[in-house]
Amino acid sequence: MFKGDWIARRLVIDPLFKGRSTVKKFIIYGLISISLIVADYQFDQMQRIRGWLSLAVTPVQWLVDVPQRSWTWLDERLQVRDELIAENKQLRAQTLLAERRVQKLAALTVENFRLRDLLNSSEQLDEKVIVSELIGINSDPFTHQVIINNGFNSGAFVGQPVLDATGVMGQITSTSAFTSRVLLITDADHAIPVQVNRNGLRSVAYGLGQYDYLELQDLSDTADIEVGDILVSSGLGLRFPKGYPVAKVIEVKHSAGQDFAKVLAKPTAQLDRSRHLLLIETPQQQNIASQGDN
Amino acid sequence: MVVQAAHNLWVPIVTLLIAFMLSALPMLEWVQWGWPEWVLIVFIYWVIALPHRFGLGWAFILGLLLDLLQGNHLGVNALAMVVVTFFAMLMYRRLRMYRAWQQAFVIFVLVAINQCISYWFQGIGSNASSGLWFLLPAPVSGVLWLWLFVVLRGVRRAFKVA
Repeated sequence: MFKGDWIARRLVIDPLFKGRSTVKKFIIYGLISISLIVADYQFDQMQRIRGWLSLAVTPVQWLVDVPQRSWTWLDERLQVRDELIAENKQLRAQTLLAERRVQKLAALTVENFRLRDLLNSSEQLDEKVIVSELIGINSDPFTHQVIINNGFNSGAFVGQPVLDATGVMGQITSTSAFTSRVLLITDADHAIPVQVNRNGLRSVAYGLGQYDYLELQDLSDTADIEVGDILVSSGLGLRFPKGYPVAKVIEVKHSAGQDFAKVLAKPTAQLDRSRHLLLIETPQQQNIASQGDN
Repeated sequence: MVVQAAHNLWVPIVTLLIAFMLSALPMLEWVQWGWPEWVLIVFIYWVIALPHRFGLGWAFILGLLLDLLQGNHLGVNALAMVVVTFFAMLMYRRLRMYRAWQQAFVIFVLVAINQCISYWFQGIGSNASSGLWFLLPAPVSGVLWLWLFVVLRGVRRAFKVA
């Protein structure tokens, strides 16, 4: 076989070797990828593009959630009558308790409004709440994110705080038409302004990338903080509404020679368990959303 | 990239879809660390088997979809997939001749490259650090390959994908 013949056959049979197009393509796709990464880090507009592109993977997210959903569905239908009655009773009792608190709260709210009037404060207490359901958690262990079934079509927006029944869970970092991505407070990139409920001491709680811990890094060694203190959102930073429970202090370490105490806290929200979430919308939040910065 | 009925190209696409679902399954945290890179290894199989059909364009789009699914910065997985696919395309002839354990070792190296690229580019400006655990999917994927290769070859023959 001639050498030229061999090359010619390769060119015909194997388009891979046609004019070194693999190397060219490799360079082109590599450069596109790198410029995409740079653009994603640099420009906020990418959020919107990503929102629309995310529609392409929404079916996959739904499909993955099907077993869990059908299990819940079956479970609800197969529960024994007695269990349902017992659960019903328990829920009634809880409702009663909650109603009592609401009555008290109504009186307190009115009182609070009056006091605010006296102070000429313009701050409003009304918050709009959307109930949302978790449809997926991120499979990447480096980031703590979950996916919920509300997108910008149903009023979710980037920066919106997300709570569960027991505390602050995180905030929305990107939205598409029907789903949103929530960054949890324990993500290594997340920080939330908090204050100690007991004495109003302000600090910032940083995520560590572990579901059980938040860390306060900027409290001086002499700061008045104890194990068991409840940390609530302070409302500073205008992202999270004021006064929702965030975490409970579980460890305060003083060490001689260090300027700052090491404080660890455990999130009160059930970050790896809750399935029903609340999206909160405050008037300040709406302003932030309409300004469009994140 | 034209899908024609005669080539049965829907088969690889279905396997890739299953790989996407597997990669998005919610897992225990410690399982997540070692969860294999399903999309990557399934795609590498199809690159080795049908290099005239699956190339860098597919790698780029699949990587982009993976970024969207995992909420990474856009382009991180795309870049990793393109680089790894390029290597796979350069040596697909040799790979076909290798014995199973030799292939598994190559897959280990390829997935490790993928993990390094996505970890570095995703980690810019983040304070997460957990040592070298991010490389754990590489050996797991290598071992998985021994089984996956047989399954996918069976699928390819059964459906006469060409």
